[in-house]
Amino acid sequence: MSTLKPFTKIEMARNVAEDLRDGQYVNLGIGMPTLVANQINPELEVVIHSENGILGVGPRPVPGMEDPDLIDAGKDFVTLRTGAAIFHHTDSFVMMRGGHLDVAVLGGFQVSKNGDLANWMTDDEDLPPAVGGAMDLATGAKSIFVMMTHNSRDGKPKILNECTYPLTAAKVVDTVYTDLAVLDFREGKIFVRKIAPGLTQAELKSRTKAPLVFI
Amino acid sequence: MIQKIFPSFKDAIAGLNDGDTLLIGGFGNSGIPNHLINAIIEEKIRDLVIVTNNAGSGESGVAALIKSGAVRKVVASYPRSKGSVWFEELYRKGTIELELLPQGNLTEAIRAAGAGIGGFFTPVGAGTLLGKNREERVINGKLHIFQEPIGGEMSIISAKLADRWGNLTYSTSARNFGPSMAMAGKITVVEAKKIVPLGELDPEVIITPGVFVDRVVEIA
Repeated sequence: MSTLKPFTKIEMARNVAEDLRDGQYVNLGIGMPTLVANQINPELEVVIHSENGILGVGPRPVPGMEDPDLIDAGKDFVTLRTGAAIFHHTDSFVMMRGGHLDVAVLGGFQVSKNGDLANWMTDDEDLPPAVGGAMDLATGAKSIFVMMTHNSRDGKPKILNECTYPLTAAKVVDTVYTDLAVLDFREGKIFVRKIAPGLTQAELKSRTKAPLVFI
Repeated sequence: MIQKIFPSFKDAIAGLNDGDTLLIGGFGNSGIPNHLINAIIEEKIRDLVIVTNNAGSGESGVAALIKSGAVRKVVASYPRSKGSVWFEELYRKGTIELELLPQGNLTEAIRAAGAGIGGFFTPVGAGTLLGKNREERVINGKLHIFQEPIGGEMSIISAKLADRWGNLTYSTSARNFGPSMAMAGKITVVEAKKIVPLGELDPEVIITPGVFVDRVVEIA
């Protein structure tokens, strides 16, 4: 049997952080992507954008020092780093839609082999739909990184030939970071760049519902 | 003489009627004009269409407005937040309508109303469920959808400092929808943490010029 050791959430965040470059403007989506902030090499000037009007999001405040007005997209308290800027919502989405952000790191429900992303709506009709800034980021940022578990809780592949959930945007995903692998999406193909320790190619293939290219 | 300072929240929301469209600033719990919302709840105004990013959480602010039965329809991007129980309950019962827009389309549509623009084409949402039944156009090789402007009879927002001309500054990320909504309300009402004498705000740091603002109330 394999001695598979899936990437932890922190290791997944580190895999993302290793692909960020000095001087980039980066939006971190709510949920798992927010873990990336702490994994970025502090010597790099990577400026974190929050859709509610912040460039230069800093670390979480120490307890008792929260500014109730100063929150991030996930509604959690944050601080501002040196050099930060505040602006209003419409300008924030100009940055997103207008191609001014280098990278958006988003969560995902499904990604298809041609880079379609589904991350805003499942088939659970009990919940009212909510989209937030997902479509704006997926459409507008120069590079789209997706951080998600490789399979759903009930074991279903989330990387597919075609998404079955409603799309956020078509043909936008550049790289997917899962607990099993780092996968680059180019020209309708999926290239496996890194795999979790102890994982076999056969096992990765069996947990993915789209063809993989091993490099 | 220009005097936009109003003595009470109740006076400041006068003119909001049943069936009106009300723009409400704020994102999460940051920048929500809670005092003005409470005044609207007390006036028992009904059938409002509210335009706001979230549908409130817990028991105060937008959640309290929804709970009070004042709202017929919510126009929002992210109505499902931690603790948005009142919206979710009425939504499941089918007694409240939802119009969902991508967040950037929402805020730009509000700005467009304030700017006197008849809408815009955007690639965001094109080819998705949220782009259905919208006019489409290919611009520079990319599919776009048409978004009409979204204005309202009244906008209510919160600010940090205000003066009697309605000039405003905001508090960090509580700025969010304030500047765009201030432009888009036929009547724009502001609750300010503090009202300062005219001339005290540095013209270089005024974020919303008073021309967009009609009424200001200080939070006591």
